[in-house]
Amino acid sequence: MKKDFSILVGGAAGEGSRKAGLMIAKLFSNLGYRIFIYDDYQSLIRGGHSFSQIRASNKKVLTHRKKIDFLLALDETTIRKHQADLDKKGVIIYNSDKVSIKDENAIGIAMETIVKKAGGVSIMGNSAFIAGFAKIIGIGWKTLEKLFKKEFKKSKGVNLKIAKKAFNDTKNLIKIKKLNQKSLSVLTGNEALSLGAVKAGLDFYIAYPMTPATGILHYLAARKEDFGIAVAQLENEVSIVNAAIGASYTGARTMVGTSGGGFALMTEGLSLAAQSEIPLVIVESQRMSPATGVPTYSGQGDLLFALTAGHGDILRFVIAPGDADEACFWAGKILNLSWKYQTPSILLIDKEISESTFSFDKNILNKIKYEKPSVWDKDGQYLRYKNTKNGISPLAFPGEKNVISKANSYEHDEFGITVEDEKSTEKMQNKRLRKFKEMKKEVNKLEAIKIYGNKYAKKAIIVWGSTKGPAKEAAEKLGIKMIQPIILEPFPKKQMKEALRGVNKLILLETNALGQMEKVLNCYGIRVDRKILKYNARPFLPEEIEKKLSKF
Amino acid sequence: MVKKNINLDTYAKNTWCPGCGNFGILAAFKMAISSLLTDGLPKENIVVVSGIGCSSKIIDYLNLNSFSSLHGRPIASAEGIKLGNPNLKVIVCAGDGGTYNEGISHLIHAAKRNIDITVLVHNNRNFALTTGQFTATSPEGFKGKSTPKGSIEEQFDPIKIMLASKATFIARGYSAKVEHLKNLILKGVNHRGFSFIDILQPCVSFFDTYKFYNERIFEMKSENLTSEKEALKKINQWGYGQKGMKIPIGIFYKIQKPTYEKRLLKGLIPSKRKKRIKVTI
Repeated sequence: MKKDFSILVGGAAGEGSRKAGLMIAKLFSNLGYRIFIYDDYQSLIRGGHSFSQIRASNKKVLTHRKKIDFLLALDETTIRKHQADLDKKGVIIYNSDKVSIKDENAIGIAMETIVKKAGGVSIMGNSAFIAGFAKIIGIGWKTLEKLFKKEFKKSKGVNLKIAKKAFNDTKNLIKIKKLNQKSLSVLTGNEALSLGAVKAGLDFYIAYPMTPATGILHYLAARKEDFGIAVAQLENEVSIVNAAIGASYTGARTMVGTSGGGFALMTEGLSLAAQSEIPLVIVESQRMSPATGVPTYSGQGDLLFALTAGHGDILRFVIAPGDADEACFWAGKILNLSWKYQTPSILLIDKEISESTFSFDKNILNKIKYEKPSVWDKDGQYLRYKNTKNGISPLAFPGEKNVISKANSYEHDEFGITVEDEKSTEKMQNKRLRKFKEMKKEVNKLEAIKIYGNKYAKKAIIVWGSTKGPAKEAAEKLGIKMIQPIILEPFPKKQMKEALRGVNKLILLETNALGQMEKVLNCYGIRVDRKILKYNARPFLPEEIEKKLSKF
Repeated sequence: MVKKNINLDTYAKNTWCPGCGNFGILAAFKMAISSLLTDGLPKENIVVVSGIGCSSKIIDYLNLNSFSSLHGRPIASAEGIKLGNPNLKVIVCAGDGGTYNEGISHLIHAAKRNIDITVLVHNNRNFALTTGQFTATSPEGFKGKSTPKGSIEEQFDPIKIMLASKATFIARGYSAKVEHLKNLILKGVNHRGFSFIDILQPCVSFFDTYKFYNERIFEMKSENLTSEKEALKKINQWGYGQKGMKIPIGIFYKIQKPTYEKRLLKGLIPSKRKKRIKVTI
């Protein structure tokens, strides 16, 4: 019995293919299937071609595959573009009011006719489509009705009427089996990381809209009362980063989110946070190419930038989770780390993590807690930049009795008064260097590198961020080793050395044009034998990795 | 009632030029803060935020909570501080270069959203710490090192920009009229909402305007403060150029509107929030 399905739902932007895809995913999810949805859309509001590719499997999945079992076409373009990827046994399901097709195995659903008869509006055609598909794969009416009632707040009645008609009109083809495992929530990476940050004590989220990070702003704005946090949108990324540092100075755990272009504007804030020793967490969700690039598609081209952004000597945490679970966990961790070390840090993700939908194991949340940073013991005069042994000066905040907290972007003395003399400058730099040492030690205590596939294989691939998904599937199939560094700065040298033990062939995979991770590895004396790079703004697929790896 | 000034000095050595207008601003500022403290404002609740430039050295000379931000960004920092803890009194001290050139967007948007902070612009009408280049309020023809034959750009009027940006408290002071300035600062800090005070400040090294201002400045009467039309009439008496016989100082405009932080936070204090343990999906 097949337990791994790929379903592609496509149409023009504005036709509702994303929502339809999500509902279909939820149907599978309710049956115990593990979900991954790849969303592909262009930078436009109406027209063009958008599609969602849903993977539903009995095992955890972190990637979509090339081959499709069900092609759900709201328009003709969808068939033209994706028919070639349809499996031999695959089925096309289409809007028969709009598309004519000669394939005798294809199943038509008269979306417009059904909607018209029920007195609905054209977007409700999706309800007919979803219901028809549910019937085809053998999902019962009761299950479907329950989902509709949950998903539709407005016009529930009309949608149900449309769904019922389409359900009755469509013939059943197969029977999808209910799996004997717990159903999980389906969340985007943006949503998962938001939850992780909130769990670790996030107080305030500030952002300026930028794809693909905007989902964090939307999610937290919608749920701010639930979480009891503040959310604000300000005039530009420069004000965002500076306001965030201002809020952190008062003791509010603040996070900002953006993509490469917005991050470029925020870099002055990295320097400010480092020099004034104020915690700052930036979520940088990459998209493809420099400048405006390919704004709604993914890439991993900001690695070197994230590692080096900001003027002056700065050490920051750069953490690159590879899926929604990791995004959740590390969003919480990075917030705690940032506060522990009063330092800027970057959660480096990309569109594949931000906007893809995953089955999310909420037990991850139990691993995240609010970790209290070092605070002033109220003894003597408060010194914001007290020259301590480990370089970490205890925190106190304006508004606290007997506290004068002087934060300074200039070089400063322990109290926070501007200094320029060589002795004080070196002393304070040394204080920060001691803190950097502590940060490096901290990385050794964390699971900075993950290993997948065959741990003992001599052939290994090295991947980071969202490339984990397709690479893991390929590595497991091919029986090779996969090494995934998650903390990229401070670089986990020891753990990497350990991971590379016994490996005699190392192949790097990443979705950028320059092979940026190779440069990073070279800094630590690690040579890669081959690079497989992809830079057409689309993620790797497991099949193509398998094919390429079989050559080496 | 005569109020005793509270000592707000630090051990930092003052590095302003002798005769700098900043001394007058510092004196007025200390008097205003003293008065607030005497009236019961807890000292720990005051935060002074500065940018970069001669003006911004002021925080080193004040034994108060302070945040030295980046050039052009103190308003953005101050907004974050106010939103992190709305119980704080947040006062920005910044120059014309930082506020009207580098950080003009922050000034306009802070005014627009009526966040309850006070912005004092030490307006010496040139970039002084970088040795005298023209800013947005340097008069056309300003001779500096980057414009040896005179600036070819006409200056703009920040007061008019603030009126158009919906600031709810708009005033102008003069660094040499310390008592008047002290009262303006007090009124600005006590105003609930965004308060803006442009402080004319001679720069003895690069743009000495003492004579020019002393001949022209007069104190306006505080009347018709809620009328935009009346405010505009007063504003139009001088456009920051070399022309105009009279320069009014005092409050141009003052109205009451709900503040941004009240509307955004609805009583929440992000920095004092209880750490949440439970998170539902």
